[in-house]
Amino acid sequence: MSEKVLMKGNEAIAEAAIAAGCRHFFGYPITPQTEVAAYMSKRMPKVNGVYLQAESEVASINMVLGAAAAGVRVMTSTSSPGVSLMAEGISYIAGSDVPALIINVQRGGPGLGGIQPSQADYYQATKSTAHGDFHMIVFAPSTVQETVDLVAKAFDLGDKYRMPVMILSDGMLGQMMEPVELPEPKEVDNDSKEWAACGHKNQRKHNVVNSLYIDPATLEGLVKKRFERYAKVQAEEQMAEEYLVDDADIVLVAYGASARVSRSAVDMARKNGIKAGLIRPITLWPFPVDAIAKAAEHVPKFLTVEMSMGQMVDDVRLAVKCARPVEFYGRTGGMIPTPIEVYNKIVEMNGGEQ
Amino acid sequence: MGIKGGKPKSMTDAPLHYCPGCTHGIVHRLVAEVIDELGVEGRTVGVASVGCSVFTYNYFACDMVQAPHGRAPAVATGIKRARPENVVFTYQGDGDLAAIGTGETVHAATRGENIVVIFINNAIYGMTGGQMAPTTLPGQVTQTTPYGRDVKTAGNPIRVCELLSSLDGVALAQRVTVDNVKHVREAKKAIKKAFQYQIEGRGYSIVEVVSTCPTNWGLSPSDSLQWLRDNMLPHYPLGVYKDVGEEAKE
Repeated sequence: MSEKVLMKGNEAIAEAAIAAGCRHFFGYPITPQTEVAAYMSKRMPKVNGVYLQAESEVASINMVLGAAAAGVRVMTSTSSPGVSLMAEGISYIAGSDVPALIINVQRGGPGLGGIQPSQADYYQATKSTAHGDFHMIVFAPSTVQETVDLVAKAFDLGDKYRMPVMILSDGMLGQMMEPVELPEPKEVDNDSKEWAACGHKNQRKHNVVNSLYIDPATLEGLVKKRFERYAKVQAEEQMAEEYLVDDADIVLVAYGASARVSRSAVDMARKNGIKAGLIRPITLWPFPVDAIAKAAEHVPKFLTVEMSMGQMVDDVRLAVKCARPVEFYGRTGGMIPTPIEVYNKIVEMNGGEQ
Repeated sequence: MGIKGGKPKSMTDAPLHYCPGCTHGIVHRLVAEVIDELGVEGRTVGVASVGCSVFTYNYFACDMVQAPHGRAPAVATGIKRARPENVVFTYQGDGDLAAIGTGETVHAATRGENIVVIFINNAIYGMTGGQMAPTTLPGQVTQTTPYGRDVKTAGNPIRVCELLSSLDGVALAQRVTVDNVKHVREAKKAIKKAFQYQIEGRGYSIVEVVSTCPTNWGLSPSDSLQWLRDNMLPHYPLGVYKDVGEEAKE
């Protein structure tokens, strides 16, 4: 590891991607992710990489599809409305079994919404990105350092499972500066993917990167096979951080920026004699069902905190199989909950007693 | 010219699914012959678009990628930027290129993206069963212009080569057809020039092939060719709309 440097979240994403061997970036300007693209436009030429500003998010995700099909490590970066435009391309990436990294620095919605931090794209990222049966691996970092660490992991898992991976950041994590240690630069062998469409050199049968299967039985078979891979991801790749869960009477579940707020609220509760804890999902898909179900064996109540009107809370309820009450506290539209707001909700759930 | 036996090496043995009289087969063969003659099959990547020609990925023996509807130029851009040593072409119909994919087309062209675009203009959506295309002629009857295309309400058809020829990134914009032997030869020459321009790094080339759709035009194969001559060619004149090679000679 190198020495610590102070970096903005968005720029750290870009530098981490370059360190992870990514040399292909296609994007379109949108607030609050613009620093990712701006940083890439500066850095890529210095490392013999490709930075291309597309004419739209629709075009940039399809450039990503093309580069991914050609077998290279590739990414794009956008913010909420941009992901809506990329939906089609992400479905094709999943249906074509090619890996790609998509960064979503979330902002408030719906519509043009606002440009302040939000977590209202949870459903979109984990359940309803686009048409068809498919999933993305979705990471939700809560610090700049964790963002950096997850970028490398995202590329590796995308390659391993041949699927799209999203880092679900938000305007707060993207804009804030924290000290980070960047990993040692890694070389990636872009010629190692035997399925890639990059010219057969008259040495093999032609490769076809495709998502069209007219015969329904064939398509069903392929989707089912893909879901066997997804089952493996769900079994092996769940990630969550637990904080003071073992003896807790109430456990908060929160990710990303709202997990930072929730952790402060948990500390306040502990100081005031309430045994609160926190489970912080790091992967949103696969959702860390195991950690939450295990906690539900002894934790009497749960509180989900999100910067949305309540989306992940559905998955928490499913994870505890509705055996325990799961309440929700959230702010939306670009508003960030304060620790005291969350603490007050903990107190309320504790019967109003401090 | 004589009958050339066998098929080009750059085509697979898969039987083509196209309707009798459809000109896709001729154009496929021309593209494959050009790839053979230039000896680039091993480094060529084709991009199939959405429409009747989507299955080109089964017909061309080079590596192939299937793009979402209209997005072939963006997908081709990704491939070419990732692998500049590859020869990259798209094969697109009129709905794909000039309606849903107009943005991708114009911007790939103006960037001078170093790719070849084979554009099949038959003035109709074939695969979905004969709806109005961006290139459907004024007055032409289709499933969605049952009283003939009224340009007052349905708008005017787009002339793609004319439109793109104003862009600086375009190396070659040429309109050809394949209704007779002479025209087939000219079409092949244009396709070959487009591929050569890419190999020379000259930028974006488009070869528009005025084509038929006997099934959705409701005509026999030979009547379709006559209809093409009588109706399509006056509206879409054959010719070179831009050629940086010729400009350099002037």
